[in-house]
Amino acid sequence: MTELSHIRNFSIVAHIDHGKSTLADRLIQSTNTVSEREMKEQLLDAMDIERERGITIKANTVRIEYIADNGELYVLNLIDTPGHVDFAYEVSRSMHAVEGSLLVVDSTQGVEAQTLANVYQAIDADHDIIPVLNKIDLPASEPDRVREQIEDVIGIDASDALLVSAKSGIGIHETLEAIVHRLPAPVGDRDAPLKAMLVDSWYDPYLGVVVLVRIMDGVMKKNDRVKFMRNGTIHQIDKIGVFRPAMQDVAELGPGEIGFITASIKQVRDTKVGDTITHEKKGADKPLPGFQPSIPVVFCGLFPVDSAEFEDLRDAIEKLALNDASFSFEMETSAALGFGFRCGFLGLLHLEVIRDRLEREYDIDLITTAPSVVYHIFMKDGTMQELHNPADMPDLTYVDHVEEPRIKATIMVPDEYLGDVLKLCQDRRGIQMELTYAGTRPLVVYDLPLNEVVFDFYDRLKSVTKGYASFDYQLIGYREDQLVKMQILVNDEPVDALSMMVHRDRAEMRGRAMCEKLKDLIPRHMFKIPIQAAIGGKVIARETLSAMRKDVTAKCYGGDATRKKKLLEKQKAGKKKMRQFGKVDIPQEAFISALKMDS
Amino acid sequence: MDVESVEGGFGLYVHWPFCAAKCPYCDFNSHVAKVVDHRAWVESYLSEIKRISSETGPRVLNTIFFGGGTPSLMEPETVAAVIDAARAAWLPANDMEITLEANPGSVEAGRFAAFRQAGVNRVSLGVQALHDPDLRRLGRIHSVAEARTAFDIARNTFDRVSFDLIYARQDQSREDWRRELTEALSMTADHLSLYQLTVEDGTVFGARAAAGHLRGLPDEDLGADLYQITQDLCEARGLPAYEVSNHAVPGSESRHNLIYWHAGDWAGIGPGAHGRLTINGQRFATETAKAPAKWLKDVHTGSGYSDQTTISGNDQADEYLIMGLRLTEGIEPARYARLSGQHLSAQTIAHLSDLGLIAETSTPAGLRLAATRSGRAVLNAVIAELAATAG
Ligand SMILES: Nc1nc2c(ncn2[C@@H]2O[C@H](COP(=O)(O)OP(=O)(O)O)[C@@H](O)[C@H]2O)c(=O)[nH]1
Ligand SMILES: C[S@@+](CC[C@H](N)C(=O)[O-])C[C@H]1O[C@@H](n2cnc3c(N)ncnc32)[C@H](O)[C@@H]1O
Ligand code: SF4
Ligand SMILES: [Mg+2]
Repeated sequence: MTELSHIRNFSIVAHIDHGKSTLADRLIQSTNTVSEREMKEQLLDAMDIERERGITIKANTVRIEYIADNGELYVLNLIDTPGHVDFAYEVSRSMHAVEGSLLVVDSTQGVEAQTLANVYQAIDADHDIIPVLNKIDLPASEPDRVREQIEDVIGIDASDALLVSAKSGIGIHETLEAIVHRLPAPVGDRDAPLKAMLVDSWYDPYLGVVVLVRIMDGVMKKNDRVKFMRNGTIHQIDKIGVFRPAMQDVAELGPGEIGFITASIKQVRDTKVGDTITHEKKGADKPLPGFQPSIPVVFCGLFPVDSAEFEDLRDAIEKLALNDASFSFEMETSAALGFGFRCGFLGLLHLEVIRDRLEREYDIDLITTAPSVVYHIFMKDGTMQELHNPADMPDLTYVDHVEEPRIKATIMVPDEYLGDVLKLCQDRRGIQMELTYAGTRPLVVYDLPLNEVVFDFYDRLKSVTKGYASFDYQLIGYREDQLVKMQILVNDEPVDALSMMVHRDRAEMRGRAMCEKLKDLIPRHMFKIPIQAAIGGKVIARETLSAMRKDVTAKCYGGDATRKKKLLEKQKAGKKKMRQFGKVDIPQEAFISALKMDS
Repeated sequence: MDVESVEGGFGLYVHWPFCAAKCPYCDFNSHVAKVVDHRAWVESYLSEIKRISSETGPRVLNTIFFGGGTPSLMEPETVAAVIDAARAAWLPANDMEITLEANPGSVEAGRFAAFRQAGVNRVSLGVQALHDPDLRRLGRIHSVAEARTAFDIARNTFDRVSFDLIYARQDQSREDWRRELTEALSMTADHLSLYQLTVEDGTVFGARAAAGHLRGLPDEDLGADLYQITQDLCEARGLPAYEVSNHAVPGSESRHNLIYWHAGDWAGIGPGAHGRLTINGQRFATETAKAPAKWLKDVHTGSGYSDQTTISGNDQADEYLIMGLRLTEGIEPARYARLSGQHLSAQTIAHLSDLGLIAETSTPAGLRLAATRSGRAVLNAVIAELAATAG
């Protein structure tokens, strides 16, 4: 247990490659947290790998013990929090578990998009921020320009920014001193009932679920019986410790400290990020503020390309779900695609990560149907249904009205791209709420329908701003609008997996875009194929994919028989990867690519 | 035992792997060599004929085909020795067809006479284009005039003469091709092989195309039109297509190549040569090393085969479909079913017939299934559909 006054908790905020991992390594190394021998590779890079493949973005931590120039021992806890809007909530919990941040900016590059996206999370969490200008060893380093830019763009004082070269070890000592003297100590009451925030959790094959906690008040010890306040579940702590960065057992964790517990918990699902952990007896009566249950906001169907792989898919999905509380699934059947699962995700990145893992780690080829948000369908009889799948849209004669989820989107963007961003938001049925300046940078706040954002808004935003925008959003509720179900007919057969809910005013444009896209995505067949978009029975857009006219091998003699036979095997296998809709083979990429819009 | 492959005839394919220059579009097993030890080649061919004939036992030999590479660069003595050895090893058919591929650049009348003397009775001449700038773009080392001279000599020397043209070339319009083909048809060949230019991986053209530097190639529509123009003109001039790219005065079809398309038997000797042989009721696919030196060495140490595998009934059926549907006469669905134990899907046949891509005809010998003219233009898709739905 360490005195509050001798604890500092912090995170490092940086754009990719600005030196976060290198700096973390130096801090760990210069305080002898790990021996020279163990210091083989970048410690935070192990986390990068995890970040690349991890579905739940993991907060990694390390506890550093530092004897400051004043001769006293300080405990410094670093939490690493990678950021993406899909996991904004998880990141914000990590940020709330610490009191300050090092803002690392490459002094040869300056502030970049990701710097902004992350630093605003830190500002939101009321952090004290220490600007660090890294890579000052390089001739191209321009500390003065970058210092000014930080002030202009981010709007924080950078006059006493640290000059560092993480690579050559310059300014590391100063950084440690600054953490001690410029960041606040945590506050908390040792004698108050236990309140610990559940910052993150993950599954460890040897230990079961490991829970990362930040103690706010009270003390946690081994064998304590604790309650997870959200569900009221009780567990006994088997193991309590800190990361140095390897796990090291401790007797207890007190206020301001960050560490881990294990408590024979079987599933990550049972541990909710942001939950409050207290003692079973004499516990806190009120949980910490800020908890949000993680709710999937984007749904899509996942179907095995080979219907024989349905059971394999079920096993794989169940295994993944054990370790990812924010991913939901239920069985679904589709006329065209057979048996599969309707799955819920935190956002599109989350969707893509899960789909990739299913395909790569479990080797299952998947068809992904159009992502959709959850609509509220108000029936004429006064009842309300949640619609997760456009294919299930009830007959319009029974529907009174439809409501859709809206978000408040906050976008920071350099001046030169402002016009493009406003146009993008406007095109996506956005309503402007604010347009102000943060430093010299425009800050745009829009009320947008989530369904216009889930699919490719983030990609589009990145592309129109060349990556220089930061984007964040939160759900703000449901609102009625003119929403209709648009069907896609290929060769006169409706393809339920391509059905989507669209705004009536945008239906024609989307329908046309879909038909054009599909025309490119579906290979030519031996016959011509009409591709139509329809609302109710009414066709609103139509394209015709003309018949294939030439596909024949010019020369085929004795020696070519073997080669051609191999090609035929490939064609047969390729056909298996397509789905047939009224004699038309639709390749699996078509299902997701068709929905990406170019404008 | 698949009697049909035995009855489909029996041929000998002899691969000569050398050329005077490598053409940029060509992915055949052909090499430019400074010196060729002709004696070693003769010995090796003869040794292979002996070895293979001891496996096949006595069979009627219907055809011999010298392919390449550029077999017109072979010593006539080599050709003669191979023909003699084959005649001795098997039972030569009375009307044996003996074809040799010739390049227009390597022709002199004397040499052709010597090939004829050796027993060659048919030549296939690689004219490729009747347009000098295009011959240059194809990297050919002969001119149109040389090709015409070579053709005239061949015409005067051999009973049967065929020549090859490559069309659907860079910047070739419908009109250009119509004119060129009309000219070709007036040259009184009894057989024409007309190939659309194929950009093959691993060739200079392949690399150029991948880099985006091979411009002016026809799109699908132009390619399809050029194909139909070819069919129209050849039909009108009495050389209808009997195969996707091959046209002949009826009766002058290449009997050797028909063995391939009929899924018959042939022995393949020389580097990179494939073979299909039915021995004791078992059908085998044979292969040889592609590198000339490696093949010579293999033969020297006992056998030119680098691989010999049995072919399952299903694979035989696929090959029959792939090869047989290339022919205007089509296939016999019953033979497909005997080989694979599966039937072509009646539903698929009905669907493809509705689209006008295939047609069934009944003959005294039974039902036949053939691709129509428009079906042959999209034959890969037709075959894939039939093969994938058989059951
Ligand atoms: N010259 C120089 N290179 C550095 C410095 N700090 C980091 N780098 C290099 O910058 C690259 C990115 O660093 P890394 O720590 O992985 O960045 P991260 O993506 O923010 O974690 C690596 O090649 C580092 O070696 C520095 O102070 N000076
Ligand atoms: C085995 S090659 C050799 C013939 C001979 N060496 C010559 O080039 O005249 C047979 C024929 O295939 C054709 N051919 C070769 N490569 C081709 C390609 N890439 N596309 C279309 N036809 C090709 C040519 O017409 C050639 O005459
Ligand atoms: S096309 Fe003929 S001459 Fe040219 S490289 Fe190929 S085989 Fe040799
Ligand atoms: Mg890194």
